[in-house]
Amino acid sequence: MTAGVTWSEAAVRERARAFLAANDLSAMDRLDFLRARFDAGLAWVHFPEGLGGLGAPRDLQAAVEHELRGTPDNRPGRIGIGLGMAAPTILGFGTEEQKRRFLRPLWTGEEVWCQLFSEPGAGSDLATLATRAVRDGGEWVVDGQKVWTSVAHTARWAILVARTDPDVPKHRGLTYFVCDMTAPGVEVRPLRQITGEAEFNEVFLTGVRLPDSLRLGAVGDGWRVAQTTLMNERVAIGGASDRRTMIGTVCETWRTRPELRTHDLHQRLLRLWVEAEVLRLTGARLREQLAVGRPGPEGSGMKLSFARLHQELSGLEVELLAEDGLAYDDWTFRRPETVDFVGREAGYRYLRAKGNSIEGGTSEILRNVIAERVLGLPAEPRADKDIPWKDLPR
Amino acid sequence: MTTLLYTDVEEELRAAVRALLADACPHRAVLARIESATPYDGDLWKALARDIGAAGLLVPEELGGAGASAREAAVVLEELGRAVAPVPFLTSAVVATRALLAARTAGPGEAAGELLERLASGEVTAALAVSLAASPYRPVRGEVAYEAAGAAGEAVVSGRVTGVAGAESADVLLVPASAPGGEESALIAVETRERGVEVTPVTSLDLTRPVAMVSLGSVRGRIVARSEGPDGVRSIVRDALAFGAGLLASEQLGLAELCLTSTLEYVKERRQFARPVGSFQAIKHRLADLWLEIGGARAAARNAAGALAGRGPGTDRAVAVAVAQAHCGEVAVHAAEECVQLHGGIGMTWEHPAHLYLKRAKADQIAFGTPGEHRNALADLVDVPAPV
Ligand SMILES: Cc1cc2nc3c(=O)[nH]c(=O)nc-3n(C[C@H](O)[C@H](O)[C@H](O)COP(=O)(O)OP(=O)(O)OC[C@H]3O[C@@H](n4cnc5c(N)ncnc54)[C@H](O)[C@@H]3O)c2cc1C
Repeated sequence: MTAGVTWSEAAVRERARAFLAANDLSAMDRLDFLRARFDAGLAWVHFPEGLGGLGAPRDLQAAVEHELRGTPDNRPGRIGIGLGMAAPTILGFGTEEQKRRFLRPLWTGEEVWCQLFSEPGAGSDLATLATRAVRDGGEWVVDGQKVWTSVAHTARWAILVARTDPDVPKHRGLTYFVCDMTAPGVEVRPLRQITGEAEFNEVFLTGVRLPDSLRLGAVGDGWRVAQTTLMNERVAIGGASDRRTMIGTVCETWRTRPELRTHDLHQRLLRLWVEAEVLRLTGARLREQLAVGRPGPEGSGMKLSFARLHQELSGLEVELLAEDGLAYDDWTFRRPETVDFVGREAGYRYLRAKGNSIEGGTSEILRNVIAERVLGLPAEPRADKDIPWKDLPR
Repeated sequence: MTTLLYTDVEEELRAAVRALLADACPHRAVLARIESATPYDGDLWKALARDIGAAGLLVPEELGGAGASAREAAVVLEELGRAVAPVPFLTSAVVATRALLAARTAGPGEAAGELLERLASGEVTAALAVSLAASPYRPVRGEVAYEAAGAAGEAVVSGRVTGVAGAESADVLLVPASAPGGEESALIAVETRERGVEVTPVTSLDLTRPVAMVSLGSVRGRIVARSEGPDGVRSIVRDALAFGAGLLASEQLGLAELCLTSTLEYVKERRQFARPVGSFQAIKHRLADLWLEIGGARAAARNAAGALAGRGPGTDRAVAVAVAQAHCGEVAVHAAEECVQLHGGIGMTWEHPAHLYLKRAKADQIAFGTPGEHRNALADLVDVPAPV
């Protein structure tokens, strides 16, 4: 009906208002409302029509959020991996059927997604991963072990990379799947983190049978598909815009507890305030570039800067709190449903921020990526590039 | 809405300036210039004025200028920074021009208007007679006194100002001065050829933008702005310095970019241990970090230029300027220092241009307030108060 239309901000606003007028919130339950919002193309406006979007420029989403403020949201903290990583990958590589099946409940939060990439033997060097998927008629049989899998304990589905051909060099023998987390042979065990809780898990896959219809992209093309996920992951982590920012949180403590202030901390806080503002502006500039269809390479840097800033700010906050910084709110071994960088107290924020330079590609790996892909510096010597995976030394 | 990107018009302006500088301002020429008796390149300045309209870029069209905004001036400064060009654009066409524009608005403004016309023509240049190290937060350091004299609007000025950039080449100095007793202050235009004006060059760290001491011994000048008490004129000076500070960020950005690019070229080519030195991870990671800082510098500098071009609230403008200077001042120095280090021995030579960038960057870090002064200003602006 509206195919080929170029959307203006006014038109998107109008559509959001019309949607609100047509749906009586007080008479609807939360999920029905979210489904209706998806069907109205107001979930993520840059997605195609029929898949929760309008085919509109991405930056118009802000107008929708503004119009729909105060309405039930999809609790993005619970479904960050689905929204930030699985969805763009399914959109980019999924069949029509896969898109229709997965995107709606992913967005409404009915189905939580997790990411089965890292393994005990394959972290930064993800392409060496050893989890095997062997074809058996119309199915694949998956065996292996994944680790550091955030929210696997609440997930209905996973994005999974597995080795389908050990006889070719490591990047070439991979295939990308959607894994059914309720399938027999999937076992999730919590891994307690430095914060005391277990946000991530280890996941054992033993003879897990996945129909070929759960394959995403071509056999052997898993590395390319995974690149889309990883790029989006970095953008998602780097661009995380929690309503409460770390700088806002620290400044609040600073303002309300004048007795804690020292000259040294003042100088350092002002420095970090500038860094936070520069990062905010860098993000704003990046979004402008995206909106006009000229994505800049700055995207690969956002996560790196964000990790550094979060770590320094949260470290400063604990130090600022002095004696209160000696306390910790709660070490209880829990399995939270959400991933929240700024929630809870200063000690938690400090410890959780340590993960920001590890998850989604370490800061060292990201520096390599920038140096090689953006700055064109020579690649690291690679001994393993042309050797079949099965013959690699390990 | 202001954008942090560059418009097509701005990109065209950039291309024109870059082409001109590639031709008329190679490193060789800058190196020769700094050892000559005239630190500024008059021919280059004429070409910039004639071909680009740089001299009158910020002057309104009705006074013969281009009527452009801070955003365009920022793009020109990026390019001048890349070339460490020895021209008085920042001192005359940005800071002095801004002071005259403010003086003109404060009224009556005829003297200011006439001067702006002369500046726009490119025939003369001006400099605001305050130290390059003065900041919007500490705008005037030296003390200059004046007394009304002769015809209306004329004054006699005496005093001394140190650390003035652009004074050596300036035809006109804009001197903030106060009347005896301090109940009146004025901005007074003094022609440097007048008797009693002495401009003594200081052996400067940055030879491409040297500073000088200005001595005025009972010099005749024309009042371009006057106010009761010290505040009126001080606010003109403060505004001009804030404007300079915000736009200097773009010069620092251009300078830092050039340092990164030339360092990248060098480390890709230079081989040690049978491989390019740029293939060592220690070096790759440093350059990746520098690239990130420069990405931030671009966002901050564009934001400041946009804020100075717009009519938003004064506090937003002040925050944008302070953030841009606090960040870009450090980034330019870091980039120039990395440039020297990663060139090895050749980076320490007089013959290689790296030192031109290092000296400019270090002087720029002090110009219009150090990064620390700008951060301290933010304490008030964004409510991060100091310990009591
Ligand atoms: C909180 C958290 C949540 C996570 N969630 C998930 C998830 O949901 N799903 C998932 O699949 N994974 C997840 N991960 C895993 C994460 O992606 C990996 O931890 C990460 O890629 C690093 O791998 P590794 O732990 O094996 O470290 P290694 O790769 O062994 O790295 C060890 C150290 O060596 C450095 N290093 C490695 N290679 C190089 C090199 N070439 N140059 C320089 N330095 C190098 C690294 O930077 C690091 O400092 C999570 C991690 C954390 C911390």
